[in-house]
Amino acid sequence: MAIETRNVTKRFGDFVALDDVSITAQSDSLTALLGPSGSGKSTLLRVIAGLEVPDAGDVFISGKEATAVAPQKRGVGFVFQHYAPFKHMTVRENVAFALKIRHRPRTEVRARVDELLELVQLTGLDRRYPAQLSGGQRQRMALARALAPEPEVLLLDEPFGALDARVRKELRAWLRRLHEETHTTTILVTHDQEEAMEVADEVVLMAKGRVEQVGPPSELYERPANEFVMSFVGPVTRLAEAYVRPHDIEILLSPDGADAEAMVERIVHLGFEVRVELVDAEGERLSVQLTREAAAELELAAGDVVWVRARRTRVFA
Amino acid sequence: MIGRYLVRFSALGYVAVILVAPVALIFWRAFEHGLGPFWAAITTPDALHALKLTLELAVVAVPLNTAFGIACAIAIVRYRMPGGGLVNAIVDLPLALSPVVVGLSLYLLYARDGWFGGWLTRHGVQMLFAYPAMLLAMLFISLPFVVREVVPVLREIGIDQEEAAATLGSSAFTTFRKVTIPAIRWAVTYGVVLTTARCLGEFGAVSIVSGGIAGRTQVLTQYVQASYENFNLTGAYAASVVLAGLAIATLVAMTIVRPKEERSGNRDA
Repeated sequence: MAIETRNVTKRFGDFVALDDVSITAQSDSLTALLGPSGSGKSTLLRVIAGLEVPDAGDVFISGKEATAVAPQKRGVGFVFQHYAPFKHMTVRENVAFALKIRHRPRTEVRARVDELLELVQLTGLDRRYPAQLSGGQRQRMALARALAPEPEVLLLDEPFGALDARVRKELRAWLRRLHEETHTTTILVTHDQEEAMEVADEVVLMAKGRVEQVGPPSELYERPANEFVMSFVGPVTRLAEAYVRPHDIEILLSPDGADAEAMVERIVHLGFEVRVELVDAEGERLSVQLTREAAAELELAAGDVVWVRARRTRVFA
Repeated sequence: MIGRYLVRFSALGYVAVILVAPVALIFWRAFEHGLGPFWAAITTPDALHALKLTLELAVVAVPLNTAFGIACAIAIVRYRMPGGGLVNAIVDLPLALSPVVVGLSLYLLYARDGWFGGWLTRHGVQMLFAYPAMLLAMLFISLPFVVREVVPVLREIGIDQEEAAATLGSSAFTTFRKVTIPAIRWAVTYGVVLTTARCLGEFGAVSIVSGGIAGRTQVLTQYVQASYENFNLTGAYAASVVLAGLAIATLVAMTIVRPKEERSGNRDA
């Protein structure tokens, strides 16, 4: 079910959390709201869920005006940043909550909860309390709980924010597979560009309460609308006035066709890639990403004077 | 090492001298001549009536202050109301104010020439020297306990779980019943225990508004005082033992509650 916000503005005192934000999430898609902290992404998610009332603007869920609809009636599943588990209930009771308050028959609740626990790989842990689960398990329980009433829309607020790097990676891939199985329109809030790029069909990049750019991950990376987008979605280095991706710079051993002269300051081996830190004549630092083979061929050492040429650069007005 | 023993010894010694010795003495004096005189003293009609009245008042005051205490705590923590800080401070008033002052102010309000007293008397409602004023005094004195216990727990659990329940389709009332109440249940229990203890032991405010008529408007604490003043020492000691027994029972209830609270209340997210 498609979600749309039109000209949504939300203030907290003097702070403008959302400034005239209009976004659309297509039906069955997975959209990421990406941005640094304070960009308003979580507030936008809460506005969509009905947990915050916007000062101006409208929210549409499946084409229906939902701005004044209570969160209970929006058909929205919400996974909170810290999962908000019901601490006094077991895993099973947590997941069953939405079904029990709807007075579904006991056998139906049982079957549905079993099915969900299997989906989130928590079968066998149903009698534990949230305190007895790991972060990743708690996260998956929160997801199962949100999915129980079969919401039309799933909203995830920094779903992997509190987990360690390895678990995050696993859960990311798992979430993507889950989305492909359930086909629930999903909006995910994250500050991690890699996460957004990896799981989302479309990314909404926000900063200071405004939308900076909307598009598929590749478009944001390849055709950033401005300097902020370019530096937020990937590594960036400066070459005079221009912005360049570190992998778009070539290192030359002669000045022919070069853009600038620079001195090798440091060489960092990161397994597959090699990062070369350079300083140019003005003392500006730039960083270049090479494949291991390319680096080996150049036989670089700290202190060497080299020349650089950018394959593609961007200049923002 | 010596320092540690010193601290331990002085702490225990202090507690023993200040708290344990007087209470122990009461028990000793009450049972000095065996169980017979004790039993006779607490089964006199006046003593029984005082006990019954005390319990009757507590049975009404405790639930009222529990319900309104929870409501106050929610209002203080959850709603940004104008003057919310003031409400928070005023709730503590009964802890700071001497009960005698409370009694006196109720007296001034409900006396025949007081603000409300005149009107009420004309309409046939007897407040002072009767059950209603005693109940008001008890309510006033024991108001803060549930509020004080519940406020920090409500603050700590935050609104996450309540919001989660809302997005799952739970109405405000269902959320309160199934999410909020279970989360604060040990704080409420603890508050109820303290409220009960305070109600049973109340003397100052009640004694001013009750008139202390034996067999009619005398609570157990007043019975102790009256017996003592009438040289009925056995009666005074016996009633004191009943009061101390009730207090100890509440303490025991409290210790039973405490560990449970630590086990389930602090389950962290």
